[in-house]
Amino acid sequence: MVDMIEIKNLSFKYSQQDGQTFNDFNLKIKQGEWLAIIGHNGSGKSTLARLIDGLLAPSEGAIFIDGIKLTPENVWDVRSKIGMVFQNPDNQFVGANVEEDVAFGLENAAVSREQMLVRVKESLQRVNMWEFASHEPARLSGGQKQRVALAGVIALRPKIIILDEATSMLDPEGRKAVLDIIRELNHKEKLTVISITHDIDEASKAQRVVVLDDGKLIQDDKPEKVFSRGSDLVKIGLEPPFSEKLKGELESLGLVVPEDYLTEEGMINWLWELFSRQ
Amino acid sequence: MGKVLLGRYIPGSSLVHRMDSRSKLILSFFFIVIIFLANNWESYLLLFIVTITSILTARVNFSFFIKGVRPLIWLILFTVLLQIFFSSGGTVFWKWGPFTLSYYGIVNGIYVFCRFVLIIFMSTLLTLTTAPLEIADALEKLMMPLKRIKVPVYEISLMLSIALRFVPTLMDETTKIMNAQRSRGVNFGEGNIMQQIKAVVPLLVPLFVSSFNRAEDLATAMEARGYHGGEGRTKYRVHYWEIRDTLGCTFFVVVFIILLFIRQW
Ligand SMILES: Nc1ncnc2c1ncn2[C@@H]1O[C@H](COP(=O)(O)OP(=O)(O)O)[C@@H](O)[C@H]1O
Ligand SMILES: [Mg+2]
Repeated sequence: MVDMIEIKNLSFKYSQQDGQTFNDFNLKIKQGEWLAIIGHNGSGKSTLARLIDGLLAPSEGAIFIDGIKLTPENVWDVRSKIGMVFQNPDNQFVGANVEEDVAFGLENAAVSREQMLVRVKESLQRVNMWEFASHEPARLSGGQKQRVALAGVIALRPKIIILDEATSMLDPEGRKAVLDIIRELNHKEKLTVISITHDIDEASKAQRVVVLDDGKLIQDDKPEKVFSRGSDLVKIGLEPPFSEKLKGELESLGLVVPEDYLTEEGMINWLWELFSRQ
Repeated sequence: MGKVLLGRYIPGSSLVHRMDSRSKLILSFFFIVIIFLANNWESYLLLFIVTITSILTARVNFSFFIKGVRPLIWLILFTVLLQIFFSSGGTVFWKWGPFTLSYYGIVNGIYVFCRFVLIIFMSTLLTLTTAPLEIADALEKLMMPLKRIKVPVYEISLMLSIALRFVPTLMDETTKIMNAQRSRGVNFGEGNIMQQIKAVVPLLVPLFVSSFNRAEDLATAMEARGYHGGEGRTKYRVHYWEIRDTLGCTFFVVVFIILLFIRQW
């Protein structure tokens, strides 16, 4: 499959900061791939997302989106292929109500009003928020606001969606609703998804997990492999999953547990098998 | 605070509610200007009839209008008293130093009072029947000619609508911070002026910090969503000028002409 995003020899430094945030950084992301980026606070995840979206410009190296090199001249065109959802649901809600917020990006892209009406309705239906179309943000929960933000992204028909800790301020239900939509977009429309997260469940939905540490890529592997690091996970900015914690406890009781990462369901199956064998 | 500033809009479906915000804004301005042409009881009577008719058409509870007058009552009384005691002419009833109580003084005082009431009623009617965002839209449309002299009209109106959108958010935040400070023993609205000012500082500082953070987040989000200035954007929210707006304007022009006839020249 073709690469949707290619980052080549990227270096970046904030002018207010002494050290380099990225130094000769390389990463490729395939089309239709779901990539999770994890890492402790300040490891450069948000900076990387902003570099990909052209919100920051690299000091050296190049970023290719869908085969096109990002330059100051084409940044608006390239950005139209990328939709971003940020952490704080309130601070990205621009419109006075739900439908107007979804329309904001379309207005910027100078989409005609007839088209806008169609697309706003379509995208709000996709995220199950059409019945709230005329609601003001003050009357919505965090999860609902994030779904509206997603609708705003979907309406622009991007090829890439970047979630920068977009579910971290949500309750489990809100988180699940958002991730279900993302999964559908990834499966059905082959959208490339980059999810920056501290949440193990979110990361485990990805096909590939990249671990950042102070701007360096320290691991790039399947979720199962990354999560089997157990106690190490806390160091790289993740809560170990419940099943891993349980595994650790069982191990300390003298049981022989499988090496690989188990999802909660896998854990249940394994426990069943263990029981039936005895 | 929110109630006073913006929470006054009362959704409804009356003729006045459904009028275009542009025509309502123009007519309110127009009415306030022609109030100053009234100079005898007939003309004030006419303007009162117009105001009452508008209020009845809007079908809003009259108590809202009385509430609109209340915060300004001292200013009104002060101005009225100035008029009564410092203007002279006609029969003098009473005189003491610089103060005179004359026939004209009393009449002028009554007129000034009427003027205040008319202006407050009409502007209250505008804010009661028009959502703040619609007023912002109307301002944008009416400011369009200023674009020629390089006034960033689109940006100003976007700023206004974002500010309006964030009022409830910041209200919530203020309440949260106040509760947090209260739990640390800060008393709001108690003690002398100095103590009250001191109580407000620990409220304002976190509020400022968080507003700046929000603004930065918002700017990034807007840029990520392709916002690059007001030029060349299309509009989702549209307004239509309908027959009722033309009729409304005609009505006020007729009032204006009658006023010209019955006022004292
Ligand atoms: N606007 C900024 N100006 C200066 N330094 C910044 C800015 N944003 C982030 N940084 C710094 O860059 C580093 C990476 O930050 P960030 O990308 O936000 O990390 P993460 O999203 O992984 O928590 C941190 O050391 C942080 O302090
Ligand atoms: Mg971050």
